[in-house]
Amino acid sequence: MFESLSDRFDGIFKKLRGKGRLSEADVDEVLREIRLALLEADVNFTVVRGLVARIRERAVGADLHAALDPAQQVVDIVHQELIATLGGETIRITYAPKPPTVVLMAGLQGSGKTTNSAKLARWFKAQGRNPMLVGADLQRPAAVAQLRTLAKQVDVPVYSAPDDVVASGQGDPVQVALGCIAEAKRLGRDIVIVDTAGRLAIDAELMEQVRQISEATNPDYTFLVVDAMTGQDAVTVAENFHQTLELDGVILTKLDGDARGGAALSVKEVVGKPIAFASTGEKLDEFDLFHPDRLAGRILGMGDILTLIDKAKEAFDEQQAEEAANRMLEGQFTLEDFLEQMAQVKKMGNLGNLMKLMPGMPKELRNTEIDDRELARIEGIIHSMTLAERRDPKMIDGSRRLRIANGSGVTTSEVNALLKQFGEMQKMMKGLGGGLLGGGRKKGKKKQKGGRVTPKGGPAPAGLPQGGPGAGSPKTPFRLPGI
Amino acid sequence: MSPIVVLLAVLAIALVAGGLFYVSTQRRSRGPELEPPSTKGGVLAPPRPTEAPPTEAPPVEAEVEAPPAPVEVEEPPVVVAPPVKPSFRERLAKARATFAGFLGRSKIDEETWDELEEALIRADLGVGPATALLDELRAQVKARELETGDELVEALKAEMKLRLQVEDRSLHLDEGRTNVWLFVGVNGVGKTTTIGKLGKRQVAAGHQVVMAAGDTFRAAAAEQLETWAGRAGADIVRGAEGGDPSAIIFDAVESAAAKGADLVLADTAGRLHTKTNLMEELRKVRRVADRDPGHVTEVLLVLDATTGQNGLVQARQFTEATEVTGVVLTKLDGSAKGGIVFAIQTELGIPVKLVGLGETADDLVDFDPDEFVDALFSA
Repeated sequence: MFESLSDRFDGIFKKLRGKGRLSEADVDEVLREIRLALLEADVNFTVVRGLVARIRERAVGADLHAALDPAQQVVDIVHQELIATLGGETIRITYAPKPPTVVLMAGLQGSGKTTNSAKLARWFKAQGRNPMLVGADLQRPAAVAQLRTLAKQVDVPVYSAPDDVVASGQGDPVQVALGCIAEAKRLGRDIVIVDTAGRLAIDAELMEQVRQISEATNPDYTFLVVDAMTGQDAVTVAENFHQTLELDGVILTKLDGDARGGAALSVKEVVGKPIAFASTGEKLDEFDLFHPDRLAGRILGMGDILTLIDKAKEAFDEQQAEEAANRMLEGQFTLEDFLEQMAQVKKMGNLGNLMKLMPGMPKELRNTEIDDRELARIEGIIHSMTLAERRDPKMIDGSRRLRIANGSGVTTSEVNALLKQFGEMQKMMKGLGGGLLGGGRKKGKKKQKGGRVTPKGGPAPAGLPQGGPGAGSPKTPFRLPGI
Repeated sequence: MSPIVVLLAVLAIALVAGGLFYVSTQRRSRGPELEPPSTKGGVLAPPRPTEAPPTEAPPVEAEVEAPPAPVEVEEPPVVVAPPVKPSFRERLAKARATFAGFLGRSKIDEETWDELEEALIRADLGVGPATALLDELRAQVKARELETGDELVEALKAEMKLRLQVEDRSLHLDEGRTNVWLFVGVNGVGKTTTIGKLGKRQVAAGHQVVMAAGDTFRAAAAEQLETWAGRAGADIVRGAEGGDPSAIIFDAVESAAAKGADLVLADTAGRLHTKTNLMEELRKVRRVADRDPGHVTEVLLVLDATTGQNGLVQARQFTEATEVTGVVLTKLDGSAKGGIVFAIQTELGIPVKLVGLGETADDLVDFDPDEFVDALFSA
């Protein structure tokens, strides 16, 4: 579908190898690719123009470190620039000194206002607050019923017009919103989330209506709900809503699809307000504060290590993880641990999909079809070893090897191959541990992220395509969020 | 087997790194507002089926409602001053401004080309299709010796119309059969609303229509469809929330066949095309709906005009799962131009059949490529 930006760069940079400095012509060629990638990710035309200009400024004449390949460095510049544009930091929600804190949700039809109102309510609840929802969408049939159902699932009360008024479609959303604020005060609820009807940004009448709601309720936060799949139009929509409502932030929805989400970049650039929250799934708890750095990587098609880590966390036993990590750092990672890890990996889902999330995966590997049955074979081999053998594979001699092979129905050479690769893996991990403990966590991790796939200097694990241009080089520097 | 081991190793490390990361973040003190406490016990939405239930079309309890009571719900006072069918020209007025810039230009220079490209990309046509169009145009400029900006735009218009040409854009109905029109698409594009509007139109055209509330996932989707059925004068078949959509749609088909209705409009839950299990579910819905007496004659992909380049991927995936026969482009009355349908038709051969231009039932109109292109370029 989309080639990732780094893949595209490979071709261009093959020519540039050995150059210490990028000439203007080189940069132009690269910038064309960057522009194309951004446009394909639905970043707005005007925003792309500005971004490319800023990237050019930084890239022309930039000194290239001899040790790193130029593609890597330019991607790095682009990545930094995207993060800067998206707003480097995660939003901090402050609460009104005199409760309730009022939150207004606005957006186009179908962007996900109602669902995300409920998600936001759940999020506030998790922060120890007492939210309340207002069903102020009196236009769409059954919108209030939808909100009530969702609210029930998160156990938050809903205030709206009486049922017959809702059904008539004649209710006044301003009155409903005001009524709810009064009710919230009475009930001691400290957050009021107003779900409004979807409206087109160019519909003067409905925009006036939402302006009135805003004026009457004087919201502390006004969020524009934006679909991550939105194209070039995102800018117009955001501009119009911002003019009418003075937005405080954006909620980006449907990020669980494969849209690149360039719209977020456009909106941020135009409105100048941060993306506050992102919705990443259909379940009500799949919603959280927005992390600009993750999206920056996604727009560039660089894989998403942090999402992978999140997935890992889900599938993971914390204590086990810590133990395994510690053993790994000490270079005492055993086959037993490996077996455990394999079980965890399987829990995370299809191997092929996981590979796609790995940054820096060479293209050849990323597109390999992986047969999960191969896993079973490897497991079988390890299962055929005694506990002592798993802890200390060195003790496996010829006769033990034969026994293991017979036990798992493979040949002795397959057992050998596994043991050899495991040995290399151990070495790799040991090196990694040293780096982590030595160079400070952040830096160490950074190195590790790129380097561990195919350590350039160290022994490359067998079977990895070697020597292919860029195949083994670290592609993607990643910064850890918030630390 | 060796690449597998490498992959495994990498993943294992990723896992451990994840663990490390987790551990390290736990140790760091963080502002409470930066990281919400984990809420493992949080209330979840009802789980979606992870796998299609094994049985095919078990008669789930579905209330077949009697024809709706005389429309009590008054049509919202629609301020339709001129009862004229909304035209593309009128609605796409905003788009014209985009092209106004170079229309007066007499000579064709690099700037003209850049502006044309910008206009096409801003309309969400996509870089690929825009480049292809302009390349073709460059060839024409040489061959036909076009000189002015006006001539250039005319040539571009002609080329776009040519590429949008299809023989048949009508919605198919086989007489004497229980036709099923299935509506698919991602979340929030307007499937339920489109069914409501189209139902009204088909009833007015003399068809007996049954609506099938196959969106059993989104809260209150069935209620929403019910309101529309009431407005349209159509019957509705609905089942329990969280029920099997295939079963509900099959019930609707049987109910339609029993009372001699000739058209079933089947709603489905919005789903992202990346969710394999949900796409499998949809595959099954189509299979079951096509079972005797049902007869699927249209599978309509509903697409929001604001959708960007992801629309093409959506179209590809939904077609792969359900053999999409046409696109319904909704919300074209906004400022979005819906250019992605150009890519969908030229690359996948799926024509746009209907266009949504407003909130009322009359605002769902047939797609007319000539008007679409003309309106885009008229100054």
